Amino acid sequence: MGHFTNPEADLDRFRFRLGFAAIFVLLAFGVLLGRFVWLQVIQHDFYQTRAEDNRIALIPIVPNRGVITDRNGVVLAHNYSAFTLEITPSQAGQLDATIDALAEVIDIQPKDRKRFKRLLDEAKNFESIPIRTRLSDAEVAKFAAHRYRFPGVEVKARLFRQYPLGSIASHAIGYIGRITERDLKWIEESEKQANYKGTDHVGKTGLEQHYEFELHGETGYEEVEIDAGGRALRSLKRIPPVSGNNLALTLDAKLQQITEQAFGDRKGSLVAIDPKTGGILALVSTPTYDPNLFVDGITPDNWKELNEHPDKPMVNRAINGAYPPGSTFKPFMALAALEMGKRTPNQAISDPGYYNFGNHQFRDDKKGGHGMVDMYKSVVHSCDTYYYMLANDMGIDNISKFMGSLGLGQRTGVDLGKDDSGESKGVLPSQEWKKQRFKKPEQQKWYAGETISIGIGQGYNAYTPIQLAQATATLANNGVMFRPHLVQHLVDTKTGEKRPVEPKPIRDLQWKRSNVDVIHRAMVGVNKEGTGTRAFAGAPYEAAGKTGTAQVFSLKGAQYKEHSTKKELRDHALFIAYAPADNPKIALAVLVENGGFGAVSAAPIARMVLDYYLLGKLPGGAAKDDPAAVEEDHEE
Amino acid sequence: MIDIAGTLRRSWQQLIAHIDFPLFFITLAIMGVGLATVNSATWDSSHRMLSQAGNMGIAMVVMWFVSRLPPQKLMNFAIPLYVFAIILLVAVFLFGIKVNGAKRWLSLGFTRIQPSEIMKIAMPLMLAWYFQKYEATLKLKHYLIAALLLFIPFALIAKQPDLGTALLVGSAGFYVIFFAGLPWKVIAGLLVAAGSAAPILWGMMHDYQQKRILTLIDPTTDPLGSGYHIIQSTIAIGSGGTFGKGYLNGTQTHLEFIPEKHTDFIFAVYSEEWGLLGNVVLVFLYTLLIGRGMMIASGAPTLFSRLLAGAITLGFFTYAFINMGMVSGILPVVGVPLPFMSYGGTAMVILFLGIGMLMSIQTHRMLVKK
Repeated sequence: MGHFTNPEADLDRFRFRLGFAAIFVLLAFGVLLGRFVWLQVIQHDFYQTRAEDNRIALIPIVPNRGVITDRNGVVLAHNYSAFTLEITPSQAGQLDATIDALAEVIDIQPKDRKRFKRLLDEAKNFESIPIRTRLSDAEVAKFAAHRYRFPGVEVKARLFRQYPLGSIASHAIGYIGRITERDLKWIEESEKQANYKGTDHVGKTGLEQHYEFELHGETGYEEVEIDAGGRALRSLKRIPPVSGNNLALTLDAKLQQITEQAFGDRKGSLVAIDPKTGGILALVSTPTYDPNLFVDGITPDNWKELNEHPDKPMVNRAINGAYPPGSTFKPFMALAALEMGKRTPNQAISDPGYYNFGNHQFRDDKKGGHGMVDMYKSVVHSCDTYYYMLANDMGIDNISKFMGSLGLGQRTGVDLGKDDSGESKGVLPSQEWKKQRFKKPEQQKWYAGETISIGIGQGYNAYTPIQLAQATATLANNGVMFRPHLVQHLVDTKTGEKRPVEPKPIRDLQWKRSNVDVIHRAMVGVNKEGTGTRAFAGAPYEAAGKTGTAQVFSLKGAQYKEHSTKKELRDHALFIAYAPADNPKIALAVLVENGGFGAVSAAPIARMVLDYYLLGKLPGGAAKDDPAAVEEDHEE
Repeated sequence: MIDIAGTLRRSWQQLIAHIDFPLFFITLAIMGVGLATVNSATWDSSHRMLSQAGNMGIAMVVMWFVSRLPPQKLMNFAIPLYVFAIILLVAVFLFGIKVNGAKRWLSLGFTRIQPSEIMKIAMPLMLAWYFQKYEATLKLKHYLIAALLLFIPFALIAKQPDLGTALLVGSAGFYVIFFAGLPWKVIAGLLVAAGSAAPILWGMMHDYQQKRILTLIDPTTDPLGSGYHIIQSTIAIGSGGTFGKGYLNGTQTHLEFIPEKHTDFIFAVYSEEWGLLGNVVLVFLYTLLIGRGMMIASGAPTLFSRLLAGAITLGFFTYAFINMGMVSGILPVVGVPLPFMSYGGTAMVILFLGIGMLMSIQTHRMLVKK
């Protein structure tokens, strides 16, 4: 029930409130006038002086970018000083005429002019703008002789980024390049634009991008007196810039180099991790590229070559290539079976060389089968039939749950790129995944037959090399899992203080120790009496491993013959390993695209990496790839 | 014989029948000051005085049309305009153009619009209509619904993010609710709640938002960033002194030290050249404008017209106070133009929509009483 209001009373109340508001307005304006009296009468002299002094312009001074070193202090990215030829527009008079005249003394390309025009649009009048970078000593001398002809043109020393090892570890380090519209948006969204005044380069990929705001440093400035036309007269005060923080990596540059050489001209990836911390020891993606090409603006020809090359050198296969794991999946399947109570180690099956499910026959690689196979033998000889049966017994969602706990099919969160969106997730198949992935209802249903080939790492399975390496490291570390990371510590250049990146265990999977030991023993067996024997012959340490071969395309029952298959369609070779087996110091995953059998192409690379890392042994007479000599190893 | 003189006189009277002259002349005076200041601010570069005069002309035509609409007609616009503005705000949220990290604009192909501007007028119109409708049965429930009508556009604009405009729109709505008789107890409660929420809000703020507030307290901590604006505009005002440096003689202005000097920071230009004396005159003109608005509100015959007139008037006060407070360094830097002074067409039209409504309320008063 509404009450009847009294119009007169309402009007009175309104007028009262209006009066209240009027008083408020007067008070507020009173405060404002008080402020004006303070500024314009009481503080007038102070501001008067400030205004007279205020012929001061702030010119930003760009800080030194932080240096990146490997775990042993080897420099991977640093700055060097080089001479640039710069024009201060407000002092140079007619710009086009000046540049034309300069071109008679110093070589000036059309691209230099183009860049100058672009920078001119963005800059203030009193800033100097480079027309040529990286002058040679001869050019500096030549210009000095003609200097009197060019007011407002001078040679300045500027810092340039350099990657001394060239293409080595380029996919981990990344590179810097000129700030584009997109980078600017990123900087603005991070509210860093004030600190980027005067900065013209920014990290574009890899560590350079991930740690951009650490590496950049704090911009300093110089107060310069200017005249009414904006021309600089003299320097008054200088707040020096603070250099960016240095990055000390977990990466071992020598190991990285040996590994990249071991790949030769083959495409692929290797990620090696210290299982006790998650620190990445080597992160290889081949082919690589030379990051130095980007620093001063990459030429269109170089850009085209890198981007249109069929081997895609710009793709970081370690975090962006998703591959079926093939038989390297089997040790994880076996562990899942033990943990979920689906198998005991001694439970054996009889392998006739195939497995029938419905109307379909799933074949083992070995004709006639492996006979009686227990868990140990299933890993050592890579028996497919054992895992066809196991997959069927476990069901897709149990497999998916266990593999998901190992980080497969998820971003690892490695410290590369702007945020983790630069990393691929891969595919961890499950009923739910299929429902999300496909649109048509008949495609959304998971068929039990699809589970069978999941068991041997085929089917929808697709993981990045870094995920496989992380899973292998977790296995080596008995289920305690770390986030893979490249930076060991940051060095604060202001205080010299080291800020370590603490290795934080993501989770402890709490596996039963006796179960993990079964897998450890089986993977050691692989390199002693199984598919990895040849690659690890004579190794003075005990290494655990597993070979794998991933089908690139379906053979539809035909016999796979490496030599008769086109190279792009040849199988991918894989190998996972860790060593020493009783106290692992390194865990790794290798992938060689179209490399054929894992035991032949991938395992020898792993051997070289382990030999160097554990023994300091440089590869000398590395085992040759001779497919004919390793017929026994084809059981994958 | 045709009485030409008589016809002319009658048409003239017809033409000016709904103009409130006190309001009109006060506004003209402020605009005159504004035009001269825009001229000084753009003297060295873009010469915007004529273009600003054009903006004023268009805005006054809008005012003329609106002043002829009786308040009952204005009421009819309340819901459609409010709903239209909400739809546009949602459209901004979904497909707006991002400029400098904020989504405020909607592209129409040939031009782009900023729907939050429309809300500045639609909000008080809508709430005044709402209270008029439930005038006889006003209960606490209605205040809550009014608060919701206020909160939805406020949140949409704050999300863009454009906290400055959101606060202006929010305050316009709040004034209506206040004048409609929101109990003092509730107001006191809101103030206490706001006071106690401040430390919590501070904790929830991003680093850069905290930094912006700290910059206000000590602008020298961020001399390359937003502190620069405040430092330079306070120097301009302070160095102006009692009588100013004289028209076109401001060194801060003409040596390009004042940013956005023909738009948001135009007050620094004016204050540098006209000094404290000029500031007193300008504040006095704004006080006259607000006083006239309050007289109109006080004499308005219906609840709707009272609330609308009161809210529009306090709106003018809010813009003027926030802008001058920000430029003189006692309020944080938010994007609020100085009414009738800052360069810009859209803002001018919106302001004159308000003036037109005040005139309509004033000049249709007698007709209602009869």
